[in-house]
Amino acid sequence: MNQSAFLAALRAIFPPDRLLMAPAALAAYESDALTAFQARPVAVVIPETQSEVIAAVQACHRFGVPFVARGSGTSLSGGSLPVKEGLVIALNRLNRILRLDPQQRIAVVEPGVVNLDITKAAAPYGLLYAPDPSSQPICTIGGNVAFNSGGAHCLKYGMTSNHVLGLKVVLPDGEVAELGGESLDSVDADYAGLFVGSEGLFGIVLEITVRLLPKPETYRTLLAAYRSLEAAGDAVSSVIASGLLPGALEIMDNLSIQAAEAAVKPGYPLDAAALLIVELEGERSQVEAEWERLKAVIDASQPYLIKVARNDDERMKIWKGRKSAFSAVGRLSPDYIVQDGVVPRRRLGEALAEIEKLSAKWGIRVANVFHAGDGNLHPLIMFDGREPGALHRAEELASEIIDLCIRLGGSITGEHGVGMEKRQYMPRQFAPADMDAMWALRKVIDPDELANRGKVFPAGEAPALRQVGPHPLEQAGVISRE
Amino acid sequence: MSPDIRDLQAAVRAHVRVQPRGARTKCAPRADDAGILDLSAFSGVIEYQPTEFVITAWAGTPVAEVQALLAQHGQYLPFDPLLVGRGATLGGTVATNACGPERYRYGGVRDFLIGTRFVDGNGALIQGGGKVVKNAAGFDYPKLMVGSLGRLGILVDVTFKVFPRPEAYATLRVDCPSLEAALALLPKLTNCPYDLNAIDLLMGAGGAAALFIRVGGLAAGLPQRMDRVRALCGSGQVITGDDEARFWHAAREFEWLAPEECLVKVPLTPSRIPALDASVRHAQRRYSVGGNVAWIATRDLPALDAALKALDLAGLVLLNAAGDPRIGHHRTNAFAERVARALDPHGRFVR
Ligand SMILES: Cc1cc2nc3c(=O)[nH]c(=O)nc-3n(C[C@H](O)[C@H](O)[C@H](O)COP(=O)(O)OP(=O)(O)OC[C@H]3O[C@@H](n4cnc5c(N)ncnc54)[C@H](O)[C@@H]3O)c2cc1C
Repeated sequence: MNQSAFLAALRAIFPPDRLLMAPAALAAYESDALTAFQARPVAVVIPETQSEVIAAVQACHRFGVPFVARGSGTSLSGGSLPVKEGLVIALNRLNRILRLDPQQRIAVVEPGVVNLDITKAAAPYGLLYAPDPSSQPICTIGGNVAFNSGGAHCLKYGMTSNHVLGLKVVLPDGEVAELGGESLDSVDADYAGLFVGSEGLFGIVLEITVRLLPKPETYRTLLAAYRSLEAAGDAVSSVIASGLLPGALEIMDNLSIQAAEAAVKPGYPLDAAALLIVELEGERSQVEAEWERLKAVIDASQPYLIKVARNDDERMKIWKGRKSAFSAVGRLSPDYIVQDGVVPRRRLGEALAEIEKLSAKWGIRVANVFHAGDGNLHPLIMFDGREPGALHRAEELASEIIDLCIRLGGSITGEHGVGMEKRQYMPRQFAPADMDAMWALRKVIDPDELANRGKVFPAGEAPALRQVGPHPLEQAGVISRE
Repeated sequence: MSPDIRDLQAAVRAHVRVQPRGARTKCAPRADDAGILDLSAFSGVIEYQPTEFVITAWAGTPVAEVQALLAQHGQYLPFDPLLVGRGATLGGTVATNACGPERYRYGGVRDFLIGTRFVDGNGALIQGGGKVVKNAAGFDYPKLMVGSLGRLGILVDVTFKVFPRPEAYATLRVDCPSLEAALALLPKLTNCPYDLNAIDLLMGAGGAAALFIRVGGLAAGLPQRMDRVRALCGSGQVITGDDEARFWHAAREFEWLAPEECLVKVPLTPSRIPALDASVRHAQRRYSVGGNVAWIATRDLPALDAALKALDLAGLVLLNAAGDPRIGHHRTNAFAERVARALDPHGRFVR
């Protein structure tokens, strides 16, 4: 690559204040929320228009420079980690809501729009954007699309891709394509659906058409405490077997209960081995009818304590404890790794028992908070990075948990993506033919591997590990993780 | 006994052009020189775990078989598959994206297909997605297969997420003097916080219209919910029981279609209905999924094709297509071209 010619091409597109090249200015972009990885890009550009993004991608293509799109950098898997000597295209300033059509319940937005801002804009019309990752006050819709992000309400309403109707994208060679549309339905192959979750490997999303849903009329939330994790897991199965479809079904183990209680005092019973949170949502008379059934099912599951949120404040308190659990556990330990894996729901009990054994085997504490309704585990592996070898051992344990998920018929990631962190696990979940097919697709779309090079597919040497722990924004209490 | 996937792969490799065939209830692109791959051996449920909300079956399995099995456990396919009575298969349902009125509530085929194995144009067997309801690993091939009409791969098996079936249903019929009146009522319904399962708009003779609003859930809360929907609409007649079930069954089977008519699906948004309606005024038609899908019956495909092109709308001839089932204005794009090049570099599938 002729670096000076490339930089000259960028100068022709971007004014100096939106073309960062000084080491101090680049430092902020060297990692994402997986701070273990870092790499220095050659430059960062901050486009304000779609045509600037397209021009930047075209320049990369012309000079053969790899590029990484970046939203808010909250990826937990190293997805927005720069490519060394590559370009970072920071999209936060492409943050316009281009159109909000309440009658047709759609919004057309730019990729840098913050997730929660869509719901804020839709709220006056009684509408909301459903996917709710706990990073939603800060993560961007572009990042959500790239990662097919989830949240606490996936069982009933799905992940990001279930709410994306159309996309305008720039492919890695600078060509622009429009996928999907505004209708809920389609008569073509679902190309927008394929693009969502491709982790930035197919190009950069310039515009997203999302569907909006009416805000549920009412919520009913309860918390049940059990003497064993198994009993809580069984309760989840009974709720599912009863024909109910709750908006959220979450479990926390004792360690995370302790931590959450210490941090935000949600009023959780400290002696519980497991807490189950169930939330029904929807139209009032339907929810009332479901509520009667839910109470009967929960009673039969023999919790030693049931608490019902009597009002919105009490509901928020229950959720606050749940949502703060991870950062709170982080306070019990200087460092921790958040793992994200999926097992079939019926094997949750087995998975938890295995994790407990692994934890004992390695002598490492593991807290568990998870989306029980989806079988999505988030084990939190605690260690002290100052202890020699501790990080390595924690990573070994994390890796064994992923193997466990695969063995039980699940997935290596439910919502945090593959990125950098899990690329070496891909061949454990997918057969060689599947990997070959994905690679062939990648190469046809992007022969030079310019878009987010080095992610998702196992390859080469990983950059040096530095530290693992809470995101700076978590430390500041701005966001928390699920 | 499981069918031989390797035979299927070898058959793909052995032909210059191939065409998968399911139960032939619906359209498919055709070519005279293509070798026909009969998928009827790929039939039967492979795995079903009711508490998992997941079912896996061979692509050639009749939808009816799956529905019957799910019903035994109080579950259903929420995307509301079409033409089940005519023998539709799971694979055909995915390939044509054949979802019905209740797709309005929880989503379409794309939202419930969570995994699939398919044979691509190289004869390779590819697994996309998985058997768990939440999964973010790998490219989302299952979505790509929805609506692909066999142009990108031959479905071998499919895994669906399923849901508990509403215990009871009721439907409100609201007669409106005109399409405009019905369309004025529509956003009130689509934006209200009531959980509505389906909203279909039927055009009658003389320009009158009728809205059919389906509500499902626990039997206990249902009468109250219907009262509220009626209050919102200002009037309406509640239909329940067998009459109610029959009405929606007839809708899914397109019983209103005359034998020699072609059935065309046109995705759109409610705001585009008036312009479309003006150009298909003499055809039987209904607007389904809260105004997101138009179903049009016609004997004159060329005229409809021209009308859709003028409106920049795409259509699919789902039943009784003579030639290429795609009519109207189909946009192509660079991404789609590259995907086709990756999955079918030798052009074996009929496009
Ligand atoms: C505290 C915390 C809590 C979290 N909770 C959740 C949770 O509950 N559920 C969940 O799913 N995730 C969660 N995450 C993970 C993360 O927030 C999501 O992955 C989010 O979608 C990333 O958005 P972002 O804007 O920060 O994207 P970034 O991190 O900047 O980028 C993520 C990926 O998207 C790509 N990308 C960004 N913009 C574009 C674009 N316009 N076009 C193409 N590619 C693009 C990047 O290249 C990168 O690969 C959490 C993270 C943190 C730190």
